Amino acid sequence: MNYQSDENGYYGSFGGAFIPEMMHQNIDQLQNSYIDIIESKSFKDEFKLLLQDYAGRPSPLYYSDRLSDQYKTHIYLKREDLNHTGSHKINNTIGQILLAKRLGKTRIIAETGAGQHGVATATVCARAGLECIVYMGAVDVARQSPNVEKMKMLGAEVRAVQSGSKTLKDATNEAIRDWINNPVDTHYIIGSAVGPHPYPDMVARFQSVISEEIREQLKAKVGRETPDYVIACVGGGSNAAGSFYHFLNEPSVKLVAVEAAGKGVNTGESAATTQLGKPGILHGSRSLLMQTSDGQVVEPYSISAGLDYPGIGPMHANLYTTQRGQFLSATDTEALEAALYLSQKEGIIPALESAHALAALNKIEFKPDDIVVVNVSGRGDKDMETFLKYFQTVK
Amino acid sequence: MENRITELFIKKDKQILSIYFTAGYPELNDTKTIISTLEKHGADLIEVGMPFSDPVADGIVIQKSSEAALENGMTIHLLFEQLKEIRKHVSVPLILMGYLNPVMQFGIENFCKKCSEIGIDGTIIPDLPLEVYESEYKAIFETYSLSNIFLITPQTSDERIRKIDRLSSGFIYMVSSSSTTGAKEAVDQEQIAYFERIDKMCLRSKRLIGFGISDNRTFQRACSYSNGAIIGSAFITAITGDGEVENKVSQFMKKFDS
Repeated sequence: MNYQSDENGYYGSFGGAFIPEMMHQNIDQLQNSYIDIIESKSFKDEFKLLLQDYAGRPSPLYYSDRLSDQYKTHIYLKREDLNHTGSHKINNTIGQILLAKRLGKTRIIAETGAGQHGVATATVCARAGLECIVYMGAVDVARQSPNVEKMKMLGAEVRAVQSGSKTLKDATNEAIRDWINNPVDTHYIIGSAVGPHPYPDMVARFQSVISEEIREQLKAKVGRETPDYVIACVGGGSNAAGSFYHFLNEPSVKLVAVEAAGKGVNTGESAATTQLGKPGILHGSRSLLMQTSDGQVVEPYSISAGLDYPGIGPMHANLYTTQRGQFLSATDTEALEAALYLSQKEGIIPALESAHALAALNKIEFKPDDIVVVNVSGRGDKDMETFLKYFQTVK
Repeated sequence: MENRITELFIKKDKQILSIYFTAGYPELNDTKTIISTLEKHGADLIEVGMPFSDPVADGIVIQKSSEAALENGMTIHLLFEQLKEIRKHVSVPLILMGYLNPVMQFGIENFCKKCSEIGIDGTIIPDLPLEVYESEYKAIFETYSLSNIFLITPQTSDERIRKIDRLSSGFIYMVSSSSTTGAKEAVDQEQIAYFERIDKMCLRSKRLIGFGISDNRTFQRACSYSNGAIIGSAFITAITGDGEVENKVSQFMKKFDS
């Protein structure tokens, strides 16, 4: 079975391009050109060089003695937190800015939740000399203020979105509306593996450098390219898509996606889409979606702004439905505790999003000789305020 | 079965005035009153919006009315309930407009069947792409004599417009500029060139221009390049605020008495 998308952007029954006519021209152009562009030699050379010299790749694959001791297995951390701008998001924005330039676009828009994608977009726009506008839910602007300041310093305009739940979903709506109003000069850099075809596949391809490196690094370290487990957090699912990509069609590798349970899957304050959603259409693709019986999108909740999204990328919806992927969830508290644990045992402060993946280590029975890779998708600097507030209440 | 939209264009093919409003707004049970008042004051076509939580093709006015309508408790089930006996009172063609997800959850076939039972003549579903409609839904819509209306924009290629023209029943919805609904009026050379380009294509379908039409002046200008025009955000703004909804609708429609 093939878990990649087909030529129409479908992963099983999920994906496609459900877009208003106002977006047709741009999406059609992307669909027809993205593979040719990103497979061309000049693109590949430029992309590779920038990932290396600008983003600092390859990111290390670090063997964690102390986590391995704790969980009685072999745990490696894929250190996406060490990338330039502090997360995996830069992989995709470097790819998309090169694409936008080749399409002749002069204005860039993006949505952001935690602000990591916004910062990564503002960064590549600064370097490319392109105008950059980032839509961010007003709630997220408040809870991720260091990233807002960074985007501004990088020369981007941050527009606080006041509609709906004022989080990632609403920021995405507003970015789509911007694109509808500015179809000619603008490219929309979507940060997650969501949106109409070709975005989920395009973002997954740009992020696939993560699993490409994991293979090479494991080969060098343990003599085999495939681990037993790859564990990543999932909101829309770009870091998971990148971590899973080169293992999708290898059934011996267990793919574990960790969603944000918020205050608990059944509390009404959660973002665990596979547990709470059913097939539906949002932001241009058919996927699993948290919604009412009447088809209205339900406001999600998670302490982590990057996972606070009512949907999930179509690749992941298919992994869930076909049971190729194992879907777990971690609550706010479990993620906070996992972040504290990694900080104090390994000296690595992870992003709240990545802490969800780490929290899943408690939920899996590993064998002593298993090789487990956890993707540490980002670093926790942006979350210090949330961490401090939590540790004050529990101490 | 005859379709009222087709019949309308046989009787009248100039100066068609179509009005959009969001069902459940300003009050949950205003739907029937708004429809009959619009008909009484000369609306040729009425588009009833089915509110959605994430209306990406809409500007702020329709976003707000949708949000309010959902808070008031509007659902597709309830809308069908409200419209159950509408054909005893009005004969104007009725179109339901909304996003694909709520319709999908209701069930496409079930939805079309309900429309047909009630006497709904057409649908506008902006995020249902032409290709998906053609391959998956067209047959069902035709079984129930429902016209599905497609949009074209200044970016739509001639080739695609020809395809839309072939697949259209009812009319083609010409989006006046590259924008979400409720855009500021801006008639520039580019827009006129677009209107004239489409006019010269001699399409078989009738064309109504929408987005940015707010009063009799902009309505008349749009009509000079098409069979008529659609007003949405300006109408919703007019029925927002204090006063009886019937009066507000009448007041608004008086602007178009000519």
